[in-house]
Order: sequence, then structure tokens, then C-alpha cells
Amino acid sequence: MDIIVCVKRVPETAEVDLAIERDEKDIVKKDLVFDINEWDNYAMEEAVRIKENIGGTVTAVTLGEEDSRETLRRCLAMGADRAMILADPALQGSDAYATALALHQAIKKERYDLILTGVQASDDGYAQVGGILAEMLGIPHVTMVTKVDIQGKLAKVRRELEGGLEEELEVELPALFTIQTGINEPRYVSIMGIRKARGKEIRELMVKDLELTEDEVGQKGSQIHLEKVFLPPVEKEAEIIQGDPSQISERLLEIIKEKGGVI
Amino acid sequence: MGDVFVLAEHLRGELREVTFEMLNKGLKMTEDVGGELYAILLGHQVSHLAEQLKGWAHKVLLVDDPQLENFNSEPYQVVLSHLIKHRRPSLILIGHTSFGMDLAPNLAVELGFPLITDCIELRWEPAGLQATRQIYGGKINAQVSARESDGYLATVRVGSFSAEQGVRLTGEIETIASPLAEEIKYKRFIQYIEAAIAEVDITQAEIIVAVGRGIGEQENIAMVQELADALGGVVACSRPIVDKKWLPKERQVGTSGKTVKPKIYIALGISGAFQHVAGIKGAGTIIAINKDPKAPIFSVADYGIVDDLFKVIPVLKEKVEALKS
Repeated sequence: MDIIVCVKRVPETAEVDLAIERDEKDIVKKDLVFDINEWDNYAMEEAVRIKENIGGTVTAVTLGEEDSRETLRRCLAMGADRAMILADPALQGSDAYATALALHQAIKKERYDLILTGVQASDDGYAQVGGILAEMLGIPHVTMVTKVDIQGKLAKVRRELEGGLEEELEVELPALFTIQTGINEPRYVSIMGIRKARGKEIRELMVKDLELTEDEVGQKGSQIHLEKVFLPPVEKEAEIIQGDPSQISERLLEIIKEKGGVI
Repeated sequence: MGDVFVLAEHLRGELREVTFEMLNKGLKMTEDVGGELYAILLGHQVSHLAEQLKGWAHKVLLVDDPQLENFNSEPYQVVLSHLIKHRRPSLILIGHTSFGMDLAPNLAVELGFPLITDCIELRWEPAGLQATRQIYGGKINAQVSARESDGYLATVRVGSFSAEQGVRLTGEIETIASPLAEEIKYKRFIQYIEAAIAEVDITQAEIIVAVGRGIGEQENIAMVQELADALGGVVACSRPIVDKKWLPKERQVGTSGKTVKPKIYIALGISGAFQHVAGIKGAGTIIAINKDPKAPIFSVADYGIVDDLFKVIPVLKEKVEALKS
């Protein structure tokens, strides 16, 4: 089973107080910590587990700046056999469509039975690349996958619906699945492991290698253009409780009693 | 020109609320440019749903086919692209749901239309479609525009528009012969899998203490459990905690978990992504503790504490216990 996993390097923003750049085109990223997109980490783990169970190869591919090599080294340390980077400056600013187009050009000549991506990226959250890529490749796809069971040329998969409900599907391979968080428990990757992966080659593909023109990728090749970013308007302002832990707790107790807490 | 298609989303014989939210928004979008609103209903033996949609659109297009009985993006895409190529709407709205996310990107590529996903606001600009959407887990909003095109696709975030009916329309139902010639073969629906029966039913709890990513380590959940016990409540959580297997799925609050309606909801270290917040709309009072002053949870909470939850929780627990004894 030859598996290709598409990954993205993103800033960690979960518990960070974000600020906006003066040109209103992005958040201030200079002090942020970057890592593999959380969904992609689960996709990588799933690929490596399938390989460990039934054999085959895993190739990690990313579109991003030079820094994204670090993310690929992480994938190699997790168990990927090969890695490809699409780091041509002309690709920067690509939207989901242009990104999928570039990935399509890189992947279509490769051997694959299965392509995995994350459901979405934690930065722009479009949740489009997987579906677009599958459509371009002309292979079936399933999004929000929570279980994969390979049975020869078929895969039995579960996908997440809403409210705890899931559905089970049977899909012919080759196929593309977008992987949901929680599908597995991604292995720990040590700094030593990442260092060791430095020896492995990362194949670099430029726009001309992808047989594309610069007009087909980057902002020019994009369907969607970012006008500006801004802080969400505050719909309702929470009453902020201040003080030391004791004062805060006193006030919270009052509120809890007043609002029907049984104490 | 200017017509809007809304894909009616239904599951097991019932229309989902996002359908009505999109129909309301779709009607406004047609009024802005002068077009008609179409509710698109694909399914099998769903005429009762078509009747329900009549009052919400200028026209209901119904395609009945056994292969459309359960949502499957493969036959749905075939039928929708057929309808769109013939009727040429300017805009197609699809829910940003599990169904919509499985369908919209592929359909957009087939049609050659730009697609904006997860929109919380949409408007027509002279150059085409513009939308507001959220990035970085709801902490930042982005205004985006699509390139010029004859048609656009957008997926709409659940809960972004009202589902309350304004004007009652008198749409007629037009039944269209299914364009599905042969059996769909690549992707087959097997069955629905229900959530496991819960040991603790958080949907009935009056007091919920919920934890998110900010709890840091699995061991810290014990401290939260103690607070919940002292308050006579239950512990629930947001998605990352279930993903890490620190708590079972039955404790998850949000779109892919449970919808809760406690008198008091205490959110600890939960940023407040919309998927989570959608599950606590019915809560009486929401108290949030988070280190990040811009965490989206503070715009739905009634009371907020911008602090380290580990400093506050033990003190609060002690005070609750002292009061009880």
C-alpha cells in the first residue's frame, strides 16, 4: 500500500493572544511557535499505522516556505519513507484551489493507493484541499474520517456526522480520505528522531517541475482573495471578574448561588 | 441571473435547521440583485419535506431517486451539477456541515466555480461574491472575495443566520427526473453508527464544569472532577480532550458531541471555537476562565476570568466545600 500524506506547517494559536499586522492582511507571526497542523499529524500517524500493519510506503508532501522542511523531517521521524516540498516562491499566497492544483501536479505521477490529508488546517480552516485534490485526480474521497480499515482493494471507513452520529462507507481504492482528529493517538516524536531524519532526502519541486506557469499558482491562480483580517466584533461582553483567587472565588460563589447552584 | 440555489439538508426524514438559515439568507441575496430563490431537495420519498419547503422559497426542485436516500456526495454531485448546468443560478448555498464539506469542493471543481467555505456573512459586491469567515479557530475574522464568475458556491456555517421565518412564500414544487443513469459504484453507504449509550448523561445536568485544551495534562482533570463533585455537577469537555482520550466521547459538548442546557456552565481553558459554543446555546449562565483575554469564549460567556485556572479552581473548590459543611 503506497500512501501519500499532505501536511501543512501552521502557527500554534490556541492559547495565544493574537495581534494583527498593520497592513491587515495577516496576524503577527514573528513570535509564534510553528508545528505540523494538528489534523495532518493524525493523518500522518494513520498512514504510518497502515504501513506497519500491511506494508508499503509513506510519502509526506507539503506546500510552504523553506521552514516547512522541519515539518517534513518530523514526518520522516514519524515513519514516512520519503518527502517532497513545494517551496517555489511563486506558490506562496496560493488559496485552497491553487494549493490543490500544485499538489495534484506533484502527486499525479507518483504511485499511490491512498492519499490522506487533514480535514482542515487550523489557520485558515477552508477544509477544501482534500476534496479538490480528489476531484482533480478523479478518485473517490471521504471527508472527516474517524476509522480506516483496508480490505484489499477496498476500504471500509467511518466518517463523522453531527451529534455523535457516524456513518460507515465502503470505498474503492485508490481514494483520498481527510482525517479527523482523535482517529488515533499520534506517536511522540523526539528531537533526536527529527535530527536523525536530517539524513533523509527531501525532494524539492519548483513550479516548472509541476508543469505549471506562475499565473496558475500563488495569488494569481487563486479563486479566493483575502481582503483583510480583523478582530471579531464583540457581540456580548462578559462581565470580567478581577481580583486574587480568593476574591474571584467569593464572587463566583455568589453568582453560582444566585443562578441556581445548589450549595 | 441572480437566482440562488439552497441545498436542503436532511437526515432520516427531517430537514436540518441550517436549511432554513440558508433559505432566509438566500432570500435576502436574491432581493439584492433580483432573482429567484430555489430550494433544492434531493432524496427518496421526501415529498413531505418538499411541502415543508414550499413556504420558504420561490420554487422547490425535487429529485427523487433511491440512490439519494442517504446523503452520499457522489450521486449528490451528479444530480446537483446537472441541475446547476441547466438552471444556471448565480449562487449555490450549502451547509458547512459534514454533508456539505464532503460535497462542495468537488462540485466547485466540476463546475469551475469559486468556492468560499465556512461563511458567517455573504454579500454581493460589484465584482462578485464577498464573504466574512473565521480563521485561527474563531479568534480572527477574514473578509474574502471570490474572483469574477457566472456562478459561485458558498458553504454556510451553522447558526450564522436566523432560522425564524420572515415572509411566507408560496413556492411550487417542480419534480425533475433523476439524471442518475447508472448505479454509483465508488462509494457505498453501509450504515449509520449511533453514539454509544452514555454512562453519565451530560444533557440532563444542571451544573457542568467543562474542560478544554487549557487543562494541560490528563492528571489535572481530577481537580476539575473534585470541583464538579463539590458543586453537585458533572464534568464535560471540548473536543481536544476527547481526541486525546482523556475523557470519553459521551462527555463532549459541541456539534460533533452533545448539546447541553445546564443552569450553570463553567468553561475552563476552553477557547470557544464555534463547534463547541454551538453546544451551549441553551445554557443559563456561562462562566469562563481562560488565560487568553481574546479567547472567543468571552464573547458568549456572562462572566469571565482572565487568569490561570489552576490558581482559581482549588480555592473555589475549598470555598464551596467550606460553605457546605
